[in-house]
Amino acid sequence: MTVEHWLQVAIADAEKRGMPDLKPILEALARATAALRAADFNDDARGPRRA
Amino acid sequence: MMTIVEFGRKLRAREITSSQATEECLGRIEAENGRLNAFIFAMADEARQQAKAADAELAAGHDRGPLHGVPISLKDLLDVRGVATTAASRVREGHIAERDCPVVTHLRQAGAVFVGKTNLHEFAFGTTNEDSAYGPARNPHDVNRSPGGSSGGSAASVAAGMALATIGTDTGGSIRIPAAACGLVGLKPTFGEVSVEGVVPLSTTLDHVGPLALSVTDAWLVYRALLGGSPATPPAPAPVNGLRLAVLRSYFSDLLDDEVRAGFEKGVAAIARAGARIDEVDIRHAPDVGTVYLHICLPDAAAYHAATLDAIPEKYTANVRLRLEMGRYILGEDYVRALAGRDLLRREVDAALAQHDALLTPTLPIPAPLIGASTVTIGGKAEPIRNVMLRLTQPFNVTGHPAITLPCGTTAAGLPCGMQLVGPRNDTDALVRVALTVEEALARRSVEAPLA
Repeated sequence: MTVEHWLQVAIADAEKRGMPDLKPILEALARATAALRAADFNDDARGPRRA
Repeated sequence: MMTIVEFGRKLRAREITSSQATEECLGRIEAENGRLNAFIFAMADEARQQAKAADAELAAGHDRGPLHGVPISLKDLLDVRGVATTAASRVREGHIAERDCPVVTHLRQAGAVFVGKTNLHEFAFGTTNEDSAYGPARNPHDVNRSPGGSSGGSAASVAAGMALATIGTDTGGSIRIPAAACGLVGLKPTFGEVSVEGVVPLSTTLDHVGPLALSVTDAWLVYRALLGGSPATPPAPAPVNGLRLAVLRSYFSDLLDDEVRAGFEKGVAAIARAGARIDEVDIRHAPDVGTVYLHICLPDAAAYHAATLDAIPEKYTANVRLRLEMGRYILGEDYVRALAGRDLLRREVDAALAQHDALLTPTLPIPAPLIGASTVTIGGKAEPIRNVMLRLTQPFNVTGHPAITLPCGTTAAGLPCGMQLVGPRNDTDALVRVALTVEEALARRSVEAPLA
């Protein structure tokens, strides 16, 4: 699941659960998750990444 | 204010009794708690009984060691049999602990006297102590400011003389942040060293229990008591000549209040003048620590709170509830990525310590913030207070290295600043020996050239 798709699903769920206040927090979390996924320590099934 | 060491000397010289010291603390709680809100509740009756028993034992020749008869406070996350563990939350209404948690058992065996349970950020999930069902704790140096958090009431209790030491918990800096904000020593031992059983968790993979106190020796004495077993002699300071220290740069010095930065650099210069070798090192992946921390801490916390978030969500403070809910959305694959980042960060800090006895950083990038503020301006830019406050301490919750904060000067407004020392994993005593040396150097500095 991409971060973008995850964010859409998460915001929709939060609204369905009556917690619209979560939206800006989930957006901040999405930025953090994108940064985590971009880190150079992540594994890649194609083998080690080139710098 | 009296250190544990001073109290012990006077106690054994029959110049003071535990009952007298305990009454002094209870009197300060009575007089000051309305202003500081450091305690959720005092335990006056139990404290008086414990102090009386401690005095009687000593008179009969039974000396339990350095904590015998010492009045201390306990963060209200620790179970003490027969009283509530509120976690500063309405979620815990009606709770009464059936038994002491192991660290409380160890403190009892060491002869400590419990004067009360201290205020905290609800469920330890915050750095300012503002979100508490019992209202915010306040900083004794300026009551308009936060004492830091989450062990804010604990720090305030010692800084205001309501206890000689206190027990806090630290998941991202919750011992070291309030210790720095209130001008105390705060010690986070190596991860896993001190039992967290019977302590309400925030993140079982990041939580630590440890002391806040007036000196490094006091902090060590309490730390040793937390471990249980026989009392031991405090370690000697490491010889300053030959001491190899490293200041952490880049990420660790990018975002600092000007006065905090100046105080820290003066402190480092004083340590160098005393004879230590000071290098500079980088932790290459330090900029990743915030996101690594977030993706571990949030799901850990959400798992513990899931049932009550569904059943009684209205009993949480609004901010803490939102942060806990955020954790429920983190994917398993991202948690695993964060664990990989954690392993890498741990190895990088290990590598920096392979060549050095300890690593140095400021503890808190800003002085204690005003209560109610959500941002702080650093270098002309508004930054979220919570992120800034966690920035320099959370790396060592992620990696599990022991870390200690020492007072390192004050701002022009009289607000304390702290210096953090980080030592090798599984050797908290080695870190304490370095901290004793640094404490001496900083004390000499304050005599030679007062900060700010």
